Amino acid sequence: MEAVALKDRENQIHVKGEAPFNIVCNKDSLAGAVSQRACVFCGSRVVLYPIADALHLVHGPIGCAVYTWDIRGALSSGPELHRLSFSTDLQEMDVIFGGEKKLRRALLELIERHSPKAAFVYSTCIVGIIGDDLEAVCNKVTEETGISVIPVQSEGFKGNKRAGYQAACDAMFRLIGTGDTVGISKYSLNILGDFNLAGEIWMIREYYEKMGIEVVANITGDGRVDDIRKAHGAGLNVVQCSGSTMQLANMMEEEYGVPSLRVSYFGIEDMSEALYDIARFFQQKYPDDPEADRIMERTKALVQEKVRELVPKLEKYRKALAGKKAAIYVGGSFKAFSLVKAFRLVDMEVVMVGSQTGTEEDYRELEAITDPGTIIIDDANPLELNSFLTEKGVDIFVGGVKERPIAYKLGIGFCDHNHERKEALAGFEGMLNFAQEVYSSVMSPVWRFVPRNQEK
Amino acid sequence: MSKKHPDYISTTNACKLCKPLGACLAFKGIEGTVPYLHGSQGCATYMRRYIISHYNEPIDIASSSLSEKNAIYGGGPNLKMGLTNVAEKYRPAMIGIATTCLTETIGDDVPMYLKEYARDTEGSEGLPEFVNVSTPSYSGTHMEGFHGAIHEVIRQKAEGGPQAETVNLLPGFVSSADYRLLKEIMAAFGLNSTMLPDLSETMDGQALLEYEKIQSGGTPLAAIGAMGRSKATIEFGRTLSGEESGGLSLQKKFSINNHRLGIPIGIEETDRFFELLSTLSGRPMPEKYAKERGRLVDAYVDGHKYLFGKKAIICGEEDLVVGMTAFLAEIGVFPIICASGGTSGRLAEAIAEVTGDMLSGQPAIYEGVDFFDIAEVAETLGPDLLIGHSKGYPLARKLNIPLIRVGFPVHDRVGGQRILHLGYSGAQQLFDQVANAFIAKKQADSDVGYSYM
Repeated sequence: MEAVALKDRENQIHVKGEAPFNIVCNKDSLAGAVSQRACVFCGSRVVLYPIADALHLVHGPIGCAVYTWDIRGALSSGPELHRLSFSTDLQEMDVIFGGEKKLRRALLELIERHSPKAAFVYSTCIVGIIGDDLEAVCNKVTEETGISVIPVQSEGFKGNKRAGYQAACDAMFRLIGTGDTVGISKYSLNILGDFNLAGEIWMIREYYEKMGIEVVANITGDGRVDDIRKAHGAGLNVVQCSGSTMQLANMMEEEYGVPSLRVSYFGIEDMSEALYDIARFFQQKYPDDPEADRIMERTKALVQEKVRELVPKLEKYRKALAGKKAAIYVGGSFKAFSLVKAFRLVDMEVVMVGSQTGTEEDYRELEAITDPGTIIIDDANPLELNSFLTEKGVDIFVGGVKERPIAYKLGIGFCDHNHERKEALAGFEGMLNFAQEVYSSVMSPVWRFVPRNQEK
Repeated sequence: MSKKHPDYISTTNACKLCKPLGACLAFKGIEGTVPYLHGSQGCATYMRRYIISHYNEPIDIASSSLSEKNAIYGGGPNLKMGLTNVAEKYRPAMIGIATTCLTETIGDDVPMYLKEYARDTEGSEGLPEFVNVSTPSYSGTHMEGFHGAIHEVIRQKAEGGPQAETVNLLPGFVSSADYRLLKEIMAAFGLNSTMLPDLSETMDGQALLEYEKIQSGGTPLAAIGAMGRSKATIEFGRTLSGEESGGLSLQKKFSINNHRLGIPIGIEETDRFFELLSTLSGRPMPEKYAKERGRLVDAYVDGHKYLFGKKAIICGEEDLVVGMTAFLAEIGVFPIICASGGTSGRLAEAIAEVTGDMLSGQPAIYEGVDFFDIAEVAETLGPDLLIGHSKGYPLARKLNIPLIRVGFPVHDRVGGQRILHLGYSGAQQLFDQVANAFIAKKQADSDVGYSYM
């Protein structure tokens, strides 16, 4: 068989047990390799876009706005401004003479039309090249309208998705510290890095409320500008998608002294651990306050109740799925850890795991928690994914929309665990949904007709 | 009334896509071809995602993955490295290169880079052919990108020589099912034809045992070469540019007669296509299609009462809008708004041509609009139906009217690539769908659960 990976990519693939751990990551995608990655603009857009009462204006040609129009299933409990796709739709003349005037007029028009709480202006490749002064235009419109207009420096070519996360955090950081924090409980937190896909943040908020903890701001799923403005008043930042929002948490810690916890809401194990970690954090911070102990008591009760409810329901899926093989390729690697554990919970075996933007530390952890023989891969492409899926005889592949046709073409089950999904997979309820979805794909009779199983 | 209306500065919920996406799709309809975007990584990934959500098929679009350094010093080295990597891994017959706003603006000269690359690789074996098209995203829509790519493929690859009996068919951007139908029709007339592009297999493939790096199907390169020796070209598109198109290029360079028709949607536009095929082949309409046409007329009669006087909004690519308007007019549905994000300047004229004297008045026709503009006008006109792609769904939902999904993208249903729009059989499917949508709406809105409508 022909070599699977391009020469320049060989050190981005590691097989656990075959050699000492050594993986190269966080580098630019190789030209011509058909990376599954997007760009800086994409990174910033997906992070900020769920802030529902802000105006999100893409300054660039039409494509960048269209391809990111309402692409996450990020739900809002109120305004839905985030679901509209705004663009300056730059034309040739704008590129020649500069797009600043058009941007200003577009902002004024849209702010008048929608009265948003704030506006984010995303720069795209072309804006970086023609050198429009986003900062100046945004400042001017802020003065003219009294609405915070914030530039997001997200030129597509300036790095990979990670640089876009940084741009998003920089933009949000400008809002933080501008709101009134009076009356916020010391037992309070911000939810960072959850995008409220299929209403997941509502479940998570409910857990926190049951524990007796106040949620100050959702960042960014179901987000509101005014909540973010006062987020520095919270006692803790709880960061789920760390790739996207850890930087913001770090900036808040440095500037406002808000500590942070890295958590995952996927799978029973990680979900429970997240809640306990938070309760423990407050116990340690306020050792003499009986309320901190009461929070821990309520947390224990909550986890026990949820687990008691969930475990018997999982039994059916566990029996059916035991021994089946899974492969994982997701955007952020932290999610991959939880997925490895979640599959283990239903007795499935993970044979390949990878991500678009993992760090060396992430891959080290993946190597630690996976079984020998597991393929660990950074910034994969369709040909590599295809070859590993076939080689490993995978029953289900977890990924995003771009990975789906690769699995389906080969007659392999697929579970969408990316931003386009409309099923809640977080929290205890989400674990059940996940098991159910994996089950309903793996057990579907359609696979008996695919060539892969006809040959046998 | 044919210009953008009302005159907003910003765009909200665009009714168009960007130029390179169209080029990628056109390249995907050529055998053994990998589409390649010369730009930053995001463009390729976004377009792949967008296309996958419609077709549910793999589409690999390679990219130069330009970084900041390349944006300053030029993307040439990345382009060359990218082409080599694609050539090595995919072993394509051809790489179709489209530019992006980034590389157009930094002034990358792709033809020059390709010449340098040819010099650098002289004597190497197994190198693919290349074709390149300029597709700056800030001028025109995905349709200009699509037609531009077809034009460039023909301009760069078609060769002259002694005339053969073949006919060129340039259908534009239609569904995989439509491309299949067209091939069948050409064969039924006994015509030896080259259809460019051909997305019938490449974007609607079979379940496989072994993953194909490049999907089978597509127009063979040899056939594209031979297009310069055909006896005639048929080119669909009433709003196509007057100067640059594949058909016109063949006419100018090789004196091949170019027959420009509307996309054959509905009876009248399909009749025109079949008449031309009769002329070119010297054969009457095959019985199969005569019968299809007969059944379609019969169905039109059976269902006409459900349709007459109903008001529809049509939106999408200009030529699709023209075809759909022709079809709706002939079944008695009044097109109140015909809207497109495209700006050919020819939409109104094309609609007047195809509707002729069938309409009691002219519909409102808007070019260069987005869904915000369409919604604003629509709300005052009380439409009964929306015909367009999935991005019209929020509007249809708001107006509480059915959406008949046609064209691209269909992101909220399966089988977008299998929607048949063309020919009598396409009209038959559309007719049943439209009539049944009205019946279903009547039923749903009724207080009584009639099962006999």
